[in-house]
Amino acid sequence: MKTIPILIAGLVLGAFAIGGVSVVAITHDLTAERIAAGERAAMIAKLQAIVPAGSIENDPLLDRIEVHAPDLLGADATDVYRVRKGGEGVAVILSPVVPDGYAGPIRLLVAVMKDGTLGGVRVLSHHETPGLGDKIEERRPYKWDDKGEPRFWVFDFAGKSLTDPPLDKWGVKRDGGVFDQFTGATITPRSIVKAVKNTMLFVQEQGEALYAPPPVAAVPAGGAS
Amino acid sequence: MADQKSYFDLVRDGLWNNNQSLVALLGLCPLLATTTSATNGLGMGLATTTVLTMSNLVVSMIRHLVRPEIRLPVFVIIIASFVTSVELAMHAWFSELYKVLGIFIPLIVVNCIIIGRAEAFASKNPVPRAVVDGLSMGAGMTLVLMTLGGIREFVGQGTLFAQADLMLGEIGGALSLSLGPNFQGALVAILPPGAFILLGMLIALKNVIDKRVREREAARVAPAPAEGAAPQAAG
Repeated sequence: MKTIPILIAGLVLGAFAIGGVSVVAITHDLTAERIAAGERAAMIAKLQAIVPAGSIENDPLLDRIEVHAPDLLGADATDVYRVRKGGEGVAVILSPVVPDGYAGPIRLLVAVMKDGTLGGVRVLSHHETPGLGDKIEERRPYKWDDKGEPRFWVFDFAGKSLTDPPLDKWGVKRDGGVFDQFTGATITPRSIVKAVKNTMLFVQEQGEALYAPPPVAAVPAGGAS
Repeated sequence: MADQKSYFDLVRDGLWNNNQSLVALLGLCPLLATTTSATNGLGMGLATTTVLTMSNLVVSMIRHLVRPEIRLPVFVIIIASFVTSVELAMHAWFSELYKVLGIFIPLIVVNCIIIGRAEAFASKNPVPRAVVDGLSMGAGMTLVLMTLGGIREFVGQGTLFAQADLMLGEIGGALSLSLGPNFQGALVAILPPGAFILLGMLIALKNVIDKRVREREAARVAPAPAEGAAPQAAG
């Protein structure tokens, strides 16, 4: 008796499901390329910002290996982008994870030049307290210098190395180190300084091996799409 | 259907009388979570308005096709499809803002304002009225989000529309305003409790204004009100 209306209702519902999925599929198709390109461009821009201008001549996103050093780099697998100029290795850029942030893991981007100095450090993602710990972001000044110019905390890493400052000074000022902490937030800077130091220790320990071409299996020859 | 509201009434309902954020208190989760700055509030508001208008449009178009028993699942399918599309579009064209709003874009699906308007209005009204309703309800919510975001940002960080260039390009940069270097904001405004406190204040303010208006109208109806009763409330 009531089967027919129920069947119709089911069919209508099914039609709407198909329609909805089509709308999403079409939108996905229209945007997928743009999204991928946007993510790529954003990542390249981030990499370019932490190595000296003009030093990237290869495609670091393709020239990428994975390393496994959870103790130093905070994650099971860590991406290493190699920056080359004229075929010569210039820097490696690692994406370590800070395991002991105040509110969960913090993902970093750390560029280590071939001579062992830091090209720069950026924060990729974090969950630190807004207004306190989030001054680790590259566009939130953590203080203003005497001339009233904004200063950005992560910028202070550039040019540092494991000998400058010496290893035992790699900490925030409260712990006797050379890096500033923020008013009201010491844990965040402290754990980031430690993670950057560990990353540099890892790079030092690995040396040239990080620039070695990847095993053939890791990146298909030719590297095209 | 005797008391068909005029379009003007629909707009006034959406923006003020039946403002979904200040009167119905719907969609509080995104409201409180994304309003840490005016730019975020504006972005979230616009995304929600887009979804709301499109879902109202489609729900109204199909209102005679769909049996009451399967009404809600159909609405949910429509809303979810639009939200996913808007999410993808934002990711493609406003990827910076997309990153800031993050999880709250997909969560528009469960924003009860949208299913609320679909069920309470769009499913009972012709297409043009449903669209106007969607636009005005969305605009009302956007205004609240932007106001709340603006106040929180200004009190908490001493800036207004900072990073507006993420969304609006060059023009947005010109909108930005900063109180300058040594402003130590009141952190509470940025943290979640600040959002509750300020939303409470906005609701109170709206009620005070409504009460004033009602009193004034009552006074106008009453015979010969004394002139100059209370000229102090100008702003």
